[in-house]
Amino acid sequence: MIKHFLRLEWKQYFRSSYWQTGLALKIVMIFFALYFLVSFLALGIGSFFIIKKLYPESDPLLVVNSYLVFAFLGDLVVRYLMQKLPIMNIKPLLIHPIRKKSIVHYVLTKSSFSFFNILPVFFYLPFSIVLIGQGYEVMGSLAWFFAMIFIVQTSNFINFLINKNQKAFYIIASVLLILVSTQYFGFFDIASYIGSVFNALYANPIYVVIPIITAVGMYYLNHKQLVTKVYLDDVVSAKTKEAKSADLSWADRLGSVAPFIKNDIRLIWRNKRPRTVFLMSFVFVLYALIFFTQEVYEQKMPWMLIFASVFVTGGFVLNFGQFIPAWDSAYYRMLMSQNIKYRLFLESKWHLMVVMTGALYILSIPYLYFGLDKFLMITAGAIFNIGFNSLFLLYAGSFNRKRIDLDKSAFANYQGTSATQFIVIIPILGLPMLLFALFNYFLGFNSGIIAIATVGIITIVFKNYFMNLIEKKYLRDKYAAIHAFSKKA
Amino acid sequence: MITTENISKKYGSAEVLNIEKLEIPTGQSFGLVGNNGAGKTTYFNLLLDLIRPTTGSIANNDVKVDESESWKMFTGSFIDESFLIGYLTPEEYFSFVGDLRGLNKADINQFLSRFEEFFNGEVLDRKKYLRDLSKGNQKKVGIVAALMGNPSVIILDEPFANLDPTTQIRLKKFLKELTTNREVTVLISSHDLSHVTEVCERIVVLDKGKMVKDIQTSKETLKELESYFSLQTES
Repeated sequence: MIKHFLRLEWKQYFRSSYWQTGLALKIVMIFFALYFLVSFLALGIGSFFIIKKLYPESDPLLVVNSYLVFAFLGDLVVRYLMQKLPIMNIKPLLIHPIRKKSIVHYVLTKSSFSFFNILPVFFYLPFSIVLIGQGYEVMGSLAWFFAMIFIVQTSNFINFLINKNQKAFYIIASVLLILVSTQYFGFFDIASYIGSVFNALYANPIYVVIPIITAVGMYYLNHKQLVTKVYLDDVVSAKTKEAKSADLSWADRLGSVAPFIKNDIRLIWRNKRPRTVFLMSFVFVLYALIFFTQEVYEQKMPWMLIFASVFVTGGFVLNFGQFIPAWDSAYYRMLMSQNIKYRLFLESKWHLMVVMTGALYILSIPYLYFGLDKFLMITAGAIFNIGFNSLFLLYAGSFNRKRIDLDKSAFANYQGTSATQFIVIIPILGLPMLLFALFNYFLGFNSGIIAIATVGIITIVFKNYFMNLIEKKYLRDKYAAIHAFSKKA
Repeated sequence: MITTENISKKYGSAEVLNIEKLEIPTGQSFGLVGNNGAGKTTYFNLLLDLIRPTTGSIANNDVKVDESESWKMFTGSFIDESFLIGYLTPEEYFSFVGDLRGLNKADINQFLSRFEEFFNGEVLDRKKYLRDLSKGNQKKVGIVAALMGNPSVIILDEPFANLDPTTQIRLKKFLKELTTNREVTVLISSHDLSHVTEVCERIVVLDKGKMVKDIQTSKETLKELESYFSLQTES
C-alpha cells in the first residue's frame, strides 16, 4: 500500500500544473524556493555566531531557547492561517478497496512532510551541528535537535486538531500576544522562564522522549478523530459557502457601467485570489513605514521613497490591474458572446482602480506624521496611480494570455503570470522613480513631485483618448485572448 | 443481495432520503430514476459508505457497509469525475485500480483489450492525463475501472450522461451481458428513462427521497414512467 501512496505522491508533485508553466517562471519559482531554504540555512549556521557577537557574555543556546516559545506559538498562528490538511486528495481513493485507516495514515504522514515542517529543519539542523562543532555535548545537542523536530510535528498535528476552530485560534493568538507584551514591557521575564524548560532538554537528553511521545500521541488522536470523519458530507467535502447577496443597487447610479461594476465587486469579494489581492492592498498602505523610518533613504536614496509612496496607494492598482482581463478568463468566452460593449467592461475595471486608490489615499493621511514632504510624495504617487498606472495596466492587460483560477490562494501563486507582469513593473514603478530622481537632482524636491503628478494629470485629462486606444487593442486581440483563456493550465 | 432497512438521511431538518425497505437480489439489474434532488446519488453514497446514514443501515451481501470495509473488495463503482485521480494517465489509473483489486499486469492488459472498441482510440496511449480528457472520456475511464477485478456488485451513477450515442449503445450491451448469468448485481441511476428501461429489469422511482414506484420492467414500463413524470409537471 505504501508503495502505491508514494508513487501517487511522486506523480502528483511532478505533474502538478505548476510544472507546466513556462521555463522562465520555473526558474523564478526554483529561485524563490532556494532563497527560502538558503536563508534558513544561513540563519541556522550563522545565528550562533551572531548571538555570540551581540551578547558575548551569554550562551547562544540559552538565548535561542528563551525565544523558542514565541517561535512555536507564532508557528501555530501562521499554520492556522495558511496550512490545511490535504484531505480532498483522498476522495478518489474512497471507492476503492483501501482501508480507511490506511488512507488516514497516508494523509497524516503526508502532512508531516509539508513545507511548514521541512523549513524549520533547515534552521535547527545546522544550528545543532554548529553547537556540536563548538564543543557542546553531542548527546545534549542531538536531543535538543530531535525535540525541536518533534515539537514542530506536534504543532503540525495540533493545527489539524484545532481544524479552523476560531476559538482555539483566538486563545493561541492572545496567549502569544500576552507573552510578547509582558516580555516586551518587562513585567515578567517569561522568555527565560520557559527557556529553562528547553535548557533542561540539553542537560538531560532523556527528556527528548517527552516531545516524541506528545507528537506520536497527537498523531494518534488525529487519526482516531479523522477515521470516523472520512465522509463526503464531513471532512471530505468541498465546503460550499452560503451565497450572500449584498445590496449593490447604489452602483446603479453609475449608469451604463453599473452592471459591470456590480459583477466586478462580486468577483473580488467572492473569490479567494482577488479577495486576497483586495485585502492585501490595505496592508500595502503600511509599506512606506519601512522606508520612512530609516534615515538612509532620506539622505542617500530619496527615489526609493517614491517607490514606497507609489506602493502605499498602489497596492490595488498594481496587483489587481496587472491581471486584467485574466480575472474574467474562466467565462471570457461567455462575455464575448454577449451583447456588451468592450468599453464598458474596461471602464468598470478603471473605475474600481480609481475608487480603491482614492480610498487608500485617504487611509494614508496619517503619513503626515512623517512630514508634509512625505505626504506630498504619496499624493503624487496616488495621482500617478490613478492617471498613468491604471490606464497603462489596462493596456498591458491586453497582452495577458494566461488563465487564472479564481479560487486558488493568492500566496505564492504564479498562475496567470507571464513575461508581461515582469515587464510592466518597469514603467509603473520605474517611471516615477526616474522622473523624481532626475528632477530632484537638477531642480529640487518640489519639481520632482510636480513632474510625477503632471504625468498623472495629463493621463487623466486625456483618459478618453487613451481608453479608445486600449479598447481598439483589446478588440484586435479578442480571438487570441479567447483562445488562450480557454486553455486550462 | 443488497438489503436496505429504514435508511434515512437528513441535513439539518431537511430529509433527503427515507427508504423503509428495499431488497435487491443478487444478479438483478436495478435502475433508480427520479428528478434532481430525488435522492439517487444520496442512496448510492450511502451504499458506498461515502456519507453516514441518519438512521438505518444498508447491508451489501450481508456486510453492513458502515461497519466493515470488506464489501469494497467485491464492489465496483463510479459516481462522477471527481473520483478520478486527475494527474494520472488512464493506463496508470487502470493499473492502480487493478493492483488494488489484485490483478497483475497481464490481467489488466487482457481486461483492457476487451474495451478497445468502447474507448474508440481516444483513451489509451494518448499521452494525456485524466484531467485533460473530455468529460465523456473521463466517464468511460471511470466506468471501465469500476468493472475491474470482476466485482459482484457494480454501482454506476448516471452512466449514460455525457456519452456519445454509439458508446451509450455499447455500454447498454455490456451492462446487459453482465447480468445474464445472474451473478453480478448492477445498480444504475439515470435521468434517461429509455436507457434504464432498456437495461434494467427492475426500476425504482424516487421522489423527494421517498420510493414512489417499484416496477418490474415490461413493455409498458417506459410508457408508465413517461406518464408518471409528465403528471409531475402538471401538479
